[in-house]
Amino acid sequence: MPAADKIDLNRLPNGELLIRLSGRWTLAEGVPAIESVRTECEGVAPPSCVTFDTQAITDWDSALPTFLGGLLDHFARRGIDTDRSGLREGVRRLLDLAAAVPETGIEVEPAGGSWVTRFGLAAIRRGKSAAESIGFLGEIAIALLRLAAGRAQFRASDFTLAVQQCGAEAVGIVTLVSFLVGLILAFIGAIQLQQFGAQIFVADLVGLGMAREMGAMMTAIIMAGRTGASFAAQLGTMTVNEEIDALKTLGISPTEFLVLPRLLALMLMMPLLCLYADVMGIVGGAVVGVGMLDLGLVSYFDETRSALSFADFGAGLIKAVVYGSLVAVSGCLRGMQCGRSASAVGAATTSAVVTSIVLIVIASGIINVIDHILG
Amino acid sequence: MQTGQPLVEIRGLTMAYDDFVIQRDLDFAIDRGEIFIVMGISGCGKTTLLRHLVGLKSPAKGKVLYDAESFWSADPERRQQMMRRFGVMYQNGALWSSMTLAENVSLPLEVYTDLSRSEIREVAFFKLALVGLAGFGDFHPSEVSGGMQKRVGVARAMALDPDILYFDEPSAGLDPISARRLDDLIRELRDSLGITMVIVTHELDSIFAIADRTLFLDPDTRTMLAIGPPAELRDNSPDPKIRQFLNRGRL
Ligand SMILES: Nc1ncnc2c1ncn2[C@@H]1O[C@H](COP(=O)(O)OP(=O)(O)OP(=O)(O)O)[C@@H](O)[C@H]1O
Ligand SMILES: [Mg+2]
Repeated sequence: MPAADKIDLNRLPNGELLIRLSGRWTLAEGVPAIESVRTECEGVAPPSCVTFDTQAITDWDSALPTFLGGLLDHFARRGIDTDRSGLREGVRRLLDLAAAVPETGIEVEPAGGSWVTRFGLAAIRRGKSAAESIGFLGEIAIALLRLAAGRAQFRASDFTLAVQQCGAEAVGIVTLVSFLVGLILAFIGAIQLQQFGAQIFVADLVGLGMAREMGAMMTAIIMAGRTGASFAAQLGTMTVNEEIDALKTLGISPTEFLVLPRLLALMLMMPLLCLYADVMGIVGGAVVGVGMLDLGLVSYFDETRSALSFADFGAGLIKAVVYGSLVAVSGCLRGMQCGRSASAVGAATTSAVVTSIVLIVIASGIINVIDHILG
Repeated sequence: MQTGQPLVEIRGLTMAYDDFVIQRDLDFAIDRGEIFIVMGISGCGKTTLLRHLVGLKSPAKGKVLYDAESFWSADPERRQQMMRRFGVMYQNGALWSSMTLAENVSLPLEVYTDLSRSEIREVAFFKLALVGLAGFGDFHPSEVSGGMQKRVGVARAMALDPDILYFDEPSAGLDPISARRLDDLIRELRDSLGITMVIVTHELDSIFAIADRTLFLDPDTRTMLAIGPPAELRDNSPDPKIRQFLNRGRL
């Protein structure tokens, strides 16, 4: 039944407005907008009083009080008297219950505001977040000092669990990705080098590329998506559950207890994974070298060995440690900064991955420049 | 410590989240060995008050004193020492989800006592038994019910036999029998060990059964309305709000 048929407005001679409702008033039928009634009251002469007749309603659920509640609010705001005696007993009681506790709460600033306001608020938030990050780094430094002094409190089992999560469990994906990266490097190199008949240098290219750069970088990016995100989610959930508060009131520093084992585990496992990724990359290169360029397996590995020095691996390993700490720190930082809701955990996870990857790329640039200057 | 000196004093405390004031000008003291109940309508700031007392949120204004020593103006190290004197049970349990129930209760003991591993395990199992959870030590928090998690929270809070226990709605979500047992436990801890209890609760039965004094926080005026023994407040309070609260909404 269309809404208009269910609402009948009658102006009585004495200036009152009689609202006659009829038919089915259920949520399945929808809640009519109060607009139609509103326009009637905006007219030249607002009614002196509003009365109701609900005899003809056949069936109702919360759709009816919802409609009437909005209507009564509207009349109350416009200062129009209402006479509720025409409403059914049950409806009247529900309306009274809904009005029993007056609307209170925080006057939350509207999310909009002018763009200047929003810009300013965003800047203030950024500033706060930056200060928090620096504070967090300080806490980590203190925790590391306490660790060096042998006074840090964390559970060995947390550490081994983290080692397992960011070591053994990551091997599969690292294998796949680094093997393919080696293959791709070899492929790109092969096309160019074949033109000069210098196919054998594909081995140099892949070896150096993996050992110095790609091994560490790819491992770090995998770990950012895998482990950094999971750190943020774990710590974020702990923040939501007040588990972090429980540690604090016990006088245990969450930085020592939760961040330190994760940071150490990742700093320890990253170089190992990186070495492994280097080897897998070289194997990937060899597949292209042997399969596509008809190089001998032995000569491919001989060439690789003569091209690589320990210094090359060393450079990659240093990067791996740096990247690993960046991933762990950003994961844990975002987790600890997490708000107190499930959606905040999601945001923390995303933000952890983004922060890690940005930091990894920046760090890579800085390390390469330093490396270049030092020769 | 000299007697007569209250254990905890709250002086002119104003609590706020940024600019939003939750409660202002709270002024009261909690005596040694008292069972002190904080009550009030949902959202009036009871949990927030506890957070100020246990060091999780600093006051907008005013002071919290433990044995006449200011808690929030002490340096962090000293504050840590003071915090060691209390145990806290959180409204949602806040169990460490990666540890078993026994490990949850053991952690405070591992950190702050020189007990051996087996002794710690024994103490932890005893504390779990006290809250009616004997035999559940090796479960993880996700494997037990919400009410059981609450009780583990209680066991963990009292792991170190602290001077003061803060409980945030310990019996909400418990069946009447477990709630009754918890009341008995609270009274017993106070009587035998002299632990001071600060409890947030709405359970009228427990309030009348165990409370020495109760504090009533009001969200409308944003301050404390009354403090005193609950039966007296119910019968003689001049304020209809308090009589209504203590009579289950009937005036
Ligand atoms: N992190 C926060 N930021 C802003 N406001 C908050 C925050 N936490 C709580 N509040 C506000 O503070 C008020 C008091 O909250 P609190 O958790 O102390 O209530 P409560 O008395 O413990 O209620 P309940 O009995 O339901 O647990 C509420 O109005 C709430 O909106
Ligand atoms: Mg609360």
